[in-house]
Amino acid sequence: MATEFVARGADLELVGIRKEFPGFTAIENLDLKIPAGEFFALLGPSGCGKTTTLRLVAGLEQPTAGRILIGGKDVTDMKPHQRPVNTVFQSYALFPHMNVLENVAFGLRQRKIEEPLAKAQDALKLVELEHLALRRPQQLSGGQQQRVALARALVNRPSLLLLDEPLGALDLKLRRQMQIELKAIQMEVGLTFLHVTHDQEEAMDMADTVAVMNKGRIEQMGAPEKLYDRPKTVFVSKFLGQSNLFVGEVTEQNATSLSINVSGSKLTVPKERAERHEGRIALGVRPEKANFHEDEAPASSAGLNIIGPGEIIDIRFTGVSNQYLIDIPNLGQVTVFAQNIGKSPVTELGAKVWVSWKVEHSFGLSDLPIDSVTESIAVL
Amino acid sequence: MAFAAFGSATPAKTSGPVKSGGRVALFLLLPGLAYLAAFFLTPLISLIVTSLQVPSVSGGYGTYDYALAIGNYWDVIASYYPQILRSFGFALVATVFALLISYPLAYFIGVTARRWPLLQGLMLTLVIAPFFISFLLRTFAWKQLFSNESWIVTTLQSLHVLSPDQYLVGTPFMVIFGLTYNFIPFMTLPLYTSLERLDIRLLEAGADLYATPAKIFRKITLPITMPGIISGTLLTFIPIAGDYVNASGDFLGGTGTAMIGNVVESKYLVQNNYPAASALSVLLMGAILLLVTFYVRRSGTEDLL
Repeated sequence: MATEFVARGADLELVGIRKEFPGFTAIENLDLKIPAGEFFALLGPSGCGKTTTLRLVAGLEQPTAGRILIGGKDVTDMKPHQRPVNTVFQSYALFPHMNVLENVAFGLRQRKIEEPLAKAQDALKLVELEHLALRRPQQLSGGQQQRVALARALVNRPSLLLLDEPLGALDLKLRRQMQIELKAIQMEVGLTFLHVTHDQEEAMDMADTVAVMNKGRIEQMGAPEKLYDRPKTVFVSKFLGQSNLFVGEVTEQNATSLSINVSGSKLTVPKERAERHEGRIALGVRPEKANFHEDEAPASSAGLNIIGPGEIIDIRFTGVSNQYLIDIPNLGQVTVFAQNIGKSPVTELGAKVWVSWKVEHSFGLSDLPIDSVTESIAVL
Repeated sequence: MAFAAFGSATPAKTSGPVKSGGRVALFLLLPGLAYLAAFFLTPLISLIVTSLQVPSVSGGYGTYDYALAIGNYWDVIASYYPQILRSFGFALVATVFALLISYPLAYFIGVTARRWPLLQGLMLTLVIAPFFISFLLRTFAWKQLFSNESWIVTTLQSLHVLSPDQYLVGTPFMVIFGLTYNFIPFMTLPLYTSLERLDIRLLEAGADLYATPAKIFRKITLPITMPGIISGTLLTFIPIAGDYVNASGDFLGGTGTAMIGNVVESKYLVQNNYPAASALSVLLMGAILLLVTFYVRRSGTEDLL
């Protein structure tokens, strides 16, 4: 039994985790280490294995292979009630037959911790719900229920707190508010948080480290800014924000940079920002890093990638920015975001424009987009 | 959601617009009220009136005059308190047995078998299947199976579980066995409805919050399925207390197993003592009402009724 009652997070280590369900493999081979006290987000589309990972850590599923270590201790064969882990469930899973206070005190009572009700009341104060202690969960709003679920998990001072898309059911405004509160609570209590979500903004906003998961594997892991600035795979570049990708053969390179040829246009990327340095590679740029030029092409310079001319085929107003879709012959469609700062660079559909971006904003990926792969196979 | 099972516990229900359309509601209720008056209230009043009658002065056998003989009640209580106590004792024991057998069964069908809907359907059908045969026939079949010359009894005698002159038919054991058997579906079905809606995620949350499987059952599963337990026990206890088939000498009972139902039957149909039979019936009804009220109060699910 986890009887220690300490307010310190522990590190989590997954070693060679594999999970098979009848008919499919949810997790192929997962190695992961989360340092103590970190806010870690597992980000991925539904069905990528992130919730399964969480359930494995909680002990609600057994791995087919591999070990799970919490604070250096192997917990793989422990039952859920023996693990020093608590979960905030996606559905909250509050007990409908108990009032809010009893819900929060449940874990304390099971471990025979002294003064469970007083501690539960303190936890409710932390989430600002002490005035609703005697209500039934069904009488609370979604956001309030979410906070009760959080208090119910936090009050146990687990070494590791698991969050299974706990904000999924909330509306945007409440969600933002809860994100800020969650982050503040994590800083305050210093626990290790493992947060599973499919919301890339939420993951980037809250987590110290984000791991992007796809098809049962971790594609890339790192600080949110790094992941966004320098995605390594097509999946990460598309799932975390948007990307314009261009595929071409590496034609020339020097000590610091390399260039690819895409239908006659030369696109350059710094070598340290490229995963591969030869052959056919994919080069990308974020839509907000690109600019337009009307009337005439910008003066070509070594530090600038220029493509065009193309035609604006769609303009979308999204509030803070305008999103332009530009069709460039032989290159495909390119998205450019422009801030709404009074005057728009171009306002007309059908306008003829060039697109440019700084070389240091390019990134080179390790794999190729699926459509270009099939294309190259067709050529072979 | 499992919340639905506890919908009765939420106060939100009563807060509807009750006043508006009261007249329409009353109008719509009329057929039901008329039905109740004709087929429930009238016989009930007739029963109470009969229970207070005295033997006719003109002296005809089985004829009675209207009176207010409250003493009838004391007479039947004094004469038949063993049968009254036995009825409730048998009903209690049989209900407990039915609950102990039905809860694991219903849990298996409603929770464990969720992944296999086909098995779930098959098992539910099997629970209801006995209803396809008249329960008189089934009870009689048990009498044959446990009769004095049956292999079950002779085997038990050779194993010295029963002494050579001991038999099963006619014993309280046999009557309770029959009662339990006959009423198990009435216990299983409400339990199944409750357990079938049980949210597994609540059990997982319990495990996550350090509760052992036994604690999860006691603190989560059991309280959440309490409405099913209450309705199941009521649906078995009430009819068992008034049952007269299982305990009758023609079926599984004997001279020492008579319940209120058997006494009422013989008073009505054999001795034509209608006031005594009616008094016993009213007593039985009153006692059940009292017990049920107390039971439901104690379990805190008044709105269930």
